[in-house]
Amino acid sequence: MTGVPDSVDAVEALLATRGYLADRRLATAVFLSLRLQRPLFLEGEAGVGKTELAKVLAEVTDAPLIRLQCHEGLDVAQAAYEWNVSRQLLHVRLAESAGPVERDAVERSLYGRDMLLARPLLAALESERPAVLLIDELDRADEPFEAFLLEVLSDWQITIPELGTVRARHRPRVVLTSNRTREIHDALKRRCLYHWVEFPDLDREYAIVARAVPEAPASLTRQAVAFVQRARTLELFKSPGIAEAIDWVNALVALDRMDLDPVAVSDTIGVLLKYHEDIARMQGGEAERLLQELATASGRA
Amino acid sequence: MPSPAASSAASPGSLARNVVVFARVLRASGLPIGIDRVAAAVRALDAVGLARRDDVHAALAATLISRRDHLALFDAAFDAFWRDPKLVERMMAALLPKISGRGRPPSDPRRPARLQQALAGRPPPPAPPREGGGDEHTIDALLTWSERERLKTRDFDSMTIEEFREACRLVRELPSPVHPVKVRRWRTAARGSMDLSATLRRMARDPSVTRVLRRERRERPAPLVVLCDISGSMDRYARVMLHYVHALMRDRQRVSVFTFGTRLTNVTRAMRHRDPDEAIAGASRAVEDWSGGTRIGPSIEAFNRLWARRVLTGNAAVLLVTDGLDRADDGSLGDAAATLARFARRIVWLNPLLRYDGFEPRAAGVRALLPHVDRHLPVHSLDRLQDLGRALRDQGPRPQPSRH
Repeated sequence: MTGVPDSVDAVEALLATRGYLADRRLATAVFLSLRLQRPLFLEGEAGVGKTELAKVLAEVTDAPLIRLQCHEGLDVAQAAYEWNVSRQLLHVRLAESAGPVERDAVERSLYGRDMLLARPLLAALESERPAVLLIDELDRADEPFEAFLLEVLSDWQITIPELGTVRARHRPRVVLTSNRTREIHDALKRRCLYHWVEFPDLDREYAIVARAVPEAPASLTRQAVAFVQRARTLELFKSPGIAEAIDWVNALVALDRMDLDPVAVSDTIGVLLKYHEDIARMQGGEAERLLQELATASGRA
Repeated sequence: MPSPAASSAASPGSLARNVVVFARVLRASGLPIGIDRVAAAVRALDAVGLARRDDVHAALAATLISRRDHLALFDAAFDAFWRDPKLVERMMAALLPKISGRGRPPSDPRRPARLQQALAGRPPPPAPPREGGGDEHTIDALLTWSERERLKTRDFDSMTIEEFREACRLVRELPSPVHPVKVRRWRTAARGSMDLSATLRRMARDPSVTRVLRRERRERPAPLVVLCDISGSMDRYARVMLHYVHALMRDRQRVSVFTFGTRLTNVTRAMRHRDPDEAIAGASRAVEDWSGGTRIGPSIEAFNRLWARRVLTGNAAVLLVTDGLDRADDGSLGDAAATLARFARRIVWLNPLLRYDGFEPRAAGVRALLPHVDRHLPVHSLDRLQDLGRALRDQGPRPQPSRH
């Protein structure tokens, strides 16, 4: 296979070329997933970069990204394949108008491959190049769907009753993500490599945000990231993710802020926190307290 | 690196053996690790090499565990094992007590005796014979109709053990208290919107007849979250409710179960056990505060913070089982309940104290909760539970039938 890095360091470096600064453990998991050709199962808080990893992985391995967004009621027709009914009808009409119909032949051609609409799973198996298949927020799908995934992820094939079994041309590199709204069944997890994605530490997050918002003054970015990191230790309903941190710094830059002060925090807090309770708490003096803490901490340092 | 793996890197056989022994340590600590995972771990180590300790750690973690809760145990085992494998025997001994609460039941699973909670203004219950009490009635497993009827109106708290057991069995036959929600999938129906592709298919089969086929949204049981008070005053009601909830879970509904007394515990996993008695025994083992005091406000707050966003998805309803008597109400309960109400499609409060005609929402906890619940229903006998099922299914508006 082309484009598979041969060491953990190489994975780290490769992901970094697109601005994804993975920690060592995540890089190891990604490397193993590529090397052992096993799906990578990522769990973690919303906003730690699970989905982003799949996107970047597709970019750096120069593979098409095929995304399956899971939701309630997701079924095979949306996830794997669907018969193209209108085309089948058209086919029948054309066959009729062409003259006497040979029943068997028409029926066979009705359920040929070209009558099939490939949805993400089938598309990933049939892809000309090894694709990156992102199965996003699997916990939102119904449990029966997991059982269906078992065949795809362990045998790399899909069985279509009318057509037969479609085997993978190339094994896709699979990334599954879950926000843990419910536990995923062990049978599925067993076929995957598991990684719990943590929020990055201060230095790593600073590096990530600084890369994403290069026009922001370094001191502002550092303050903002430190603030976000502290905010995550509060017991908020929804801790701000990395994307929110980036958005926030962007917002601060757009407002020409050079420095983080209570007013700046208060003006832009909606970018960072999305729950009224959290925002009310921040504006009720918590933000000042955090800023104070950070100021004394940096003063000591 | 002073690890056994490094010293034996030359021979792959002994590396594999080390992984096998390590897996055995983890298994003894209660982690479910099959032989396939061990094989994957050996291949993973082969792929990352043994040069860096953190790589070895990450490789083993990725292959051997699949749950965040196991990570702490894994880390401890990893540190101990790969520093000095000779310590393994001793570490196994040291690790075992740590996990006894989860993997193996403690030898004596019985809860401390139920604590009587003094209630201001509450008439004393009619001298309930306690569990293990002297005057046990013997009742045949199959009750006659009239006995069933009688049982239906009895207060759970005044039943004998046998009666209570029978009640736990009967409660399983009651219907779900939550209205189904519509999902995005379709099913054919007599009325509804037109199903174009089915109609076309039908016409292709038989072009002489034009008949419009229709479809409607499929329905699915709404996700249900049960918050069950297990403090001393609630003991029996809680047990009955857990039996009821267990029966609901059997129908493949999405049901999450939490108990709270002084702290919040997620017992969903234990409750998934097929056998109801096993399930409830497992749940009570997981709970550390059975029959203790109550801190409703902080418990609901903890639920909001840790679980609400995760389990209250897809139009979920909340079943709150409590008497609303908060030991230490610091005013946080009202806010917590308001937040909960915003997450949940509806909140149904089942309150055993409602059986007293003179019940007035005088306790601070009750007053704080009331404005935020959609329904407040008594639940102290089977009859009332049955009413509950009926009331919730048949009437009551459905504020947001669908999100889409």
